Amino acid sequence: MQFRKKDLLGIKHLEPEEIDLVLETAEIFKEISTRPIKKVPTLRGRTVVHLFYEPSTRTRTSFEIAAKRLSADTFNISASTSSIVKGETLIDTAKNLEAMNPDVIVLRHSAAGAPHMLARHVKASVINAGDGMHEHPTQALLDLFTIRDKKGAISGQTIAIIGDIAHSRVARSNIWALTKMGARVLVAGPTTMIPKDLDQLGVKVFYRPEDVIPEADVIMMLRIQLERQDQMLLPSLREYSRVFGLDEKKLSSAKPEVLIMHPGPINRGVEISPAVADGPYSVILDQVNNGVAVRMALLYLLIGGEKDE
Amino acid sequence: MSKLIRGGRVLDPASGLDELHDVLIEGRMIHSVSPPGSLEAKPDSSLTIIEADGLWVVPGLIDLHTHLREPGEEYKETILTGSQAAAAGGFTAICCMPNTKPVNDNSAVTDLILRRAMEADLVRVFPVGAISQGQKGEMLAEYAELKEAGVVAVSDDGRAVVNSQLMRRALEYARIFDLPVISHAEDRDLAGDGVMHEGLVSTRLGLREIPGVAEDIMVFRDCSLAALTGGRLHIAHLSSAGAVELVRQFKARGVQVTAEATPHHFTLTDEALESFDTNLKVNPPIRSSSDLAAIHQGLADGTIDAIATDHAPHSTIEKDVEFDYAAFGMIGLETALPLTLRLVDQGLLSPLEAIAKLTRNPARIIGVDLGRLAPGLPADVTLIDPQREITVDVKQFRSKSKNSPFHGWHLKGKAVMVLRDGNVIFRDEP
Repeated sequence: MQFRKKDLLGIKHLEPEEIDLVLETAEIFKEISTRPIKKVPTLRGRTVVHLFYEPSTRTRTSFEIAAKRLSADTFNISASTSSIVKGETLIDTAKNLEAMNPDVIVLRHSAAGAPHMLARHVKASVINAGDGMHEHPTQALLDLFTIRDKKGAISGQTIAIIGDIAHSRVARSNIWALTKMGARVLVAGPTTMIPKDLDQLGVKVFYRPEDVIPEADVIMMLRIQLERQDQMLLPSLREYSRVFGLDEKKLSSAKPEVLIMHPGPINRGVEISPAVADGPYSVILDQVNNGVAVRMALLYLLIGGEKDE
Repeated sequence: MSKLIRGGRVLDPASGLDELHDVLIEGRMIHSVSPPGSLEAKPDSSLTIIEADGLWVVPGLIDLHTHLREPGEEYKETILTGSQAAAAGGFTAICCMPNTKPVNDNSAVTDLILRRAMEADLVRVFPVGAISQGQKGEMLAEYAELKEAGVVAVSDDGRAVVNSQLMRRALEYARIFDLPVISHAEDRDLAGDGVMHEGLVSTRLGLREIPGVAEDIMVFRDCSLAALTGGRLHIAHLSSAGAVELVRQFKARGVQVTAEATPHHFTLTDEALESFDTNLKVNPPIRSSSDLAAIHQGLADGTIDAIATDHAPHSTIEKDVEFDYAAFGMIGLETALPLTLRLVDQGLLSPLEAIAKLTRNPARIIGVDLGRLAPGLPADVTLIDPQREITVDVKQFRSKSKNSPFHGWHLKGKAVMVLRDGNVIFRDEP
């Protein structure tokens, strides 16, 4: 099987077989990162541009390491250093980048649909590294990889996603990904942060974490944006933490083999207590580690395929 | 200087006429509308015969809701290009909204618009004045001066009137001048910084949402104020199911309220936004299929009186950007007619009902004696080929802006000749 898409814009339009292919390929690439010399020539001479309109440490570093381990040349353009601050439009930026013939553009942007627009204007493959509240497909893929790695399979697992669903691209991509792969998805979060008709995406909607924790094989905690209380979505972070934060007390009702995941960066003591984040069930750092393998796999599948023979 | 429009199917909603008739125009006026052959004029060199076999002959279309962008944003549209687009779309009269730069809240701006319209010498342009000074929602604009200068209604279109007291006073004060108050009904706090309709699609796309009730609440408020004051209220671009039902109820109570719907709101649903096409970003937003069904029902049962375009030109500067950053609005003058005819094809409206919503009804709402074919009235007449198949091509549009999501659509029906005051202002050159 081949990965036929030019771009990776979201999980929504991926077939389960394509997701499987990414995960299988990542399995192979994971080994490279354990070698003393962590570099293969697969993408030598290829150019990967990281275009980040939002601050990001983890995702950008992960992409950059992935590209470098495949020997691609990488360039970073971020909002603070570029013509973005001079008012250039995304399409103009895209045309200028296009003129320099990159092979892949990795885009992080605060507006939903920005990667889709970019993809229409460039010949390069576009990877969505997070667009507004819409999708964060590589995060969902690395989450799938982590679940499969730890649990052996995704199908049949019960995944609880807890927190601010409405504003979370991680939640949206994971809901697509998990339901496509046959997992059962429960969500729990404040009523003010559950978007309309969410149940129609094939998930069961609850409000209190206590209602989903006992059934969960995997608990995914979401990051809460600290400014939400100004938008009348929450009375206070203190109350949010009390009702929705994952601490040892709430975790005591969980299954013995439960996995705790978080896309990061975590707000310690807000949505997750330090004891839980650093505790025995946490696979948060495995997620980060797997992110490199998954992104290597994607770069390879998008632009490395034909050079491999 | 006479013209005989011969052999067409004359649709005149005001008289209920829907038959093959001839229309004789003398100078600027309609002379007579009579059964075929009865107007066989004597051979006369000054008589022009217009063969209308297979065509509909209807009163010139009237758009209650156009943004002409002049003065202030002439790079998007001018009174001339907007008038050209209107004529090509079959319109002989358009009402232009006051949210220009500067705002049309005084006679100087109204005068300028009317002077430019006269220079263009195409469609009639009826300016709409502002409800409040500068459309700021604080103090009433000077309706006496505006009325004298020629405005036919007042509206703060584009910006809902937040202050209920101001809306009350506007409805009261506008009564003196018999001006309808056109409401852009939107609770601005609930709409917030939303960019699309709230529902399953906004949940999927992660785009910030505008709930249907943001419209319902304001429609209820404004209808209640119309009931209280006896003012004449017109609701612009009705889009939500709840708002349609509210208008229906208030009408049943005898409150003086009328309403319009746009072709995009009776044609599209929010599913289309999966494309992230910024031409679909409009305010009020394209709503769900159940809202669409309610709009259809409202059009069919007469709750919605008029079809209006909300023609809102924007250039690529406003539209070739991320969805969140794009301006609200799409153009509509050159697609309104074929999209309306789809409703006829679908059996939702009779040809007479459809034409009424584009002619007689809007004329009534703004209080002008147009939109009907009767002797002694100005000869504003549109000839429509209802069977003509077209592929929408924004590059062919007269409008200066091209922000239409209907590009590439296959539609049926086209204005082939448009006369205003007896003069041909548009002729289709195939």
